[in-house]
Amino acid sequence: MLAGIVAFGVITGVAMVASGIAPLVAMLMSLVVFAGASMVAAAQLLASGTPALLVILTTVFINLRFMMYSASLRLHFGREPLGWRLLIAYLQADNVYGLTLMRYAETPDAPGGRDFFLGAALAVWLAWQLAVAAGILIGAGVPASWRLEFAAPLAFIAMTVPLLRDRAMIAAAVVAAVSVVAAHALPFKLSIPLAALAGIGAGLAFERSWR
Amino acid sequence: MALVTYALRASFLLLPPHVETPPLLRRALRYVPAAVLTAIWAPELLVAGGELAISSGNERLLAGAVAIAVAWRWRLTFATILAGLAALHFFHWIL
Repeated sequence: MLAGIVAFGVITGVAMVASGIAPLVAMLMSLVVFAGASMVAAAQLLASGTPALLVILTTVFINLRFMMYSASLRLHFGREPLGWRLLIAYLQADNVYGLTLMRYAETPDAPGGRDFFLGAALAVWLAWQLAVAAGILIGAGVPASWRLEFAAPLAFIAMTVPLLRDRAMIAAAVVAAVSVVAAHALPFKLSIPLAALAGIGAGLAFERSWR
Repeated sequence: MALVTYALRASFLLLPPHVETPPLLRRALRYVPAAVLTAIWAPELLVAGGELAISSGNERLLAGAVAIAVAWRWRLTFATILAGLAALHFFHWIL
């Protein structure tokens, strides 16, 4: 699992620098935001002249999944002291969430759940930050003719395609793609939040009509 | 960015234990990643210079199609990106 994280961390670093973010700013972003997909998207949007407010709105959409993790982790950690919950919140990441839930699915009443989460999360956090740093160094040293900025949309394709496992999910993606292209002429990249809402609506509608 | 991201992560963890998650929100959140991520990458392939560009001369679209096929078959992030970048240079070279 760490190999995948390292690979995506390196790509995130490379893509941020290739889109024109200064190396130090990119590293700082990685430390405070700690959410790869939204950082790559932000770098891409800033490069195409999107206003900061719209970049933040897009961040909210991309990172809404953390709200879902938050809701589900609360079932296990909701009664931990506040300080621990604040730390758990910062360390949430896709794969840590997946690992924790797998463990709870196997052994629902296992003790030490919090320590398991923190151990896995710290390993992922450290591997991620080192990988981003390596990516930033690579990205800063590679000529523009390699066109590494295209790694950003490719990384998103790699994240999206494995999600398309049922009709409702495919409907959400197809409707989002069609709407974003149809609305691409709108100012401030408003097409992205609009297409996201259309896609989510399509997913919900499909779920209703097929199940 | 850091603030909104952290607020989303902390949201439900900080709610008092008796508050329930609304079921519609929980269902809608399931579709967020596929919808948002697609809304970000689709224009990179389908729009060029502010115009819709669906043609066999669009190297980004062709390279993206290769990447989607690789992701579908193998589900490997790194292989998808390498294949997509290689395809981009290949199509740029032959077109």
